Amino acid sequence: MRIKNWPVWILGLWFVAGLVSSLNDFNSNQIHLDLILEKPSFQYLLGLDDLGRDILPRLMAGARVSFLVIFLVTTVTASMGIILGLVSGYYGGWIDRTLMQITDIFLAFPGILLAIAFAAVLGAGLSNLILALCITSWVGYARLTRGQVLSLRQRQHVVAAQSLGASTPRIMLKHILPLIAAPLLVEATYSMAALVIAEASLSFLGLGIQAPNASWGAMLRDGVRYMLIAPHYVLVVGLSLMSLVLAVNVLGDRLRDQLDVRG
Amino acid sequence: MIKRLLGIIPVVFGVISLTFFLIHAVPGDPVEVMLGESASNADRMEIRAELGLDQSIYVQFGVYLNKLVHGDLGVSIHSRKPIMDMLEERLPATFKLAALALLFAILCGLPLGIIAAINAKKWPDQLANLLSLTVSAMPHFWMGPMLMMVFALWLGILPVSGMENATSIILPALTLGFGLAAILTRMTRASMLEVLNEDYIRTAYAKGLPEHTVILRHALRAALMPIITVLGLQLGSLLAGAVITETIFSWDGIGWLLVESIEKRDYLVTQACVLVVALVYVIVNLFTDLIYTKIDPRVRFLK
Repeated sequence: MRIKNWPVWILGLWFVAGLVSSLNDFNSNQIHLDLILEKPSFQYLLGLDDLGRDILPRLMAGARVSFLVIFLVTTVTASMGIILGLVSGYYGGWIDRTLMQITDIFLAFPGILLAIAFAAVLGAGLSNLILALCITSWVGYARLTRGQVLSLRQRQHVVAAQSLGASTPRIMLKHILPLIAAPLLVEATYSMAALVIAEASLSFLGLGIQAPNASWGAMLRDGVRYMLIAPHYVLVVGLSLMSLVLAVNVLGDRLRDQLDVRG
Repeated sequence: MIKRLLGIIPVVFGVISLTFFLIHAVPGDPVEVMLGESASNADRMEIRAELGLDQSIYVQFGVYLNKLVHGDLGVSIHSRKPIMDMLEERLPATFKLAALALLFAILCGLPLGIIAAINAKKWPDQLANLLSLTVSAMPHFWMGPMLMMVFALWLGILPVSGMENATSIILPALTLGFGLAAILTRMTRASMLEVLNEDYIRTAYAKGLPEHTVILRHALRAALMPIITVLGLQLGSLLAGAVITETIFSWDGIGWLLVESIEKRDYLVTQACVLVVALVYVIVNLFTDLIYTKIDPRVRFLK
């Protein structure tokens, strides 16, 4: 257990908290009216929130939600973006031009603006939040894959495979994809950090999972309201979120340096 | 340059189409969702006719485009005011906020990045790295309340929220600017490090020029190019960040208008806000590209 590995430990903690919470919820929605905004104690390690609910199990439930969202969205958008990027970069021509035009349009909406808009019109709720994030976050993977494929397409081993009669899917999967796995992994790590923030931002705006169920964004919003009389609430949630994002970003930096990916 | 100008036409068209499509992503009948159950049938018919929802989607799109060209974004369902007027009222506040945030980010990020690059791998560099990493991990809705807690509630030297005082802008601008300052620090450091290894920097030192002249005149000028590109791209994140920052600090800009419209299900206003922010972003990026070609002779000669 080396201190240098702290980002991995934080990620592990996040995963375990989510896992434990999905096995046992510890009554995260139970209300103690006599203990509203109570400070941390031995019985309630992280204190209680504005409705007298135990913050620790709610924090774990929030970890579960964010893990679920990040896992699902990353899986969907990475596969979608990689496939589109492979096809676009490999075939070129009008397919490539059309796809790049579409990504340009998506990139014209800064940050999570488009996700906010889609989540808003689709209506609040977890599945719509996931859908909104899926619609808007595949672009990075597609652009990166396409760019990498373009530079690999004329490599000798690819040309050799072509002249030996290897099928196009085989060339893409066996001869191109392994070579671009490193930059894609780095991209996925950074994109996960952005997704953690995006999920929390949307729930902060009331667009994510609905009350009484816990999410970090919604908890932060409630915590901010009572930050003068019960700073423990907002601090616990904010510091958790911050350490997770920090851990993922540091992990991304280390992966980038170790795998020698530029940019 | 003309090619670049023409290049944004399909993007602008795509942006307009996508925001037009937004209203149709509403599950069920958008009029029903927007007006709620208490609305009268007459109201419903009126809105439906106003939006052209009784016609085919192609006609609707045509009408939408035509109105847009004439600067007509429709009328808010909630306040019955023209949306264009609402945007005109709110946009200056957002621009003011973004400009101050940008200024803060430059004043903070550039010097920090330069100091980090000159002292690469020593403690000032590591400190700057730690700072920028930590700040990058603080989303606006966490940074904002923290600043509010320290400066407005504990120290009591700045207003909590609103925009009545001249100093009201400071906290939201800091909230918005910190993230960009962190990115700028990293960018400046990387860019400066690359330039500092060039031969002409060694030559400048060998000529006996003082260090600040070499750093500021010779190195920074060359390092500035990639920084400007990043700034242009990041201006968009300022606009997106304004949505949450303005909501936290009750800053009466377009971001808060967007959130309000979502809460009131006034989706035409939502649509218009998203469209305007995206268009501003496209234009800013176009200008960044043009400035880039203007000040970097290498880019010009390549053409």
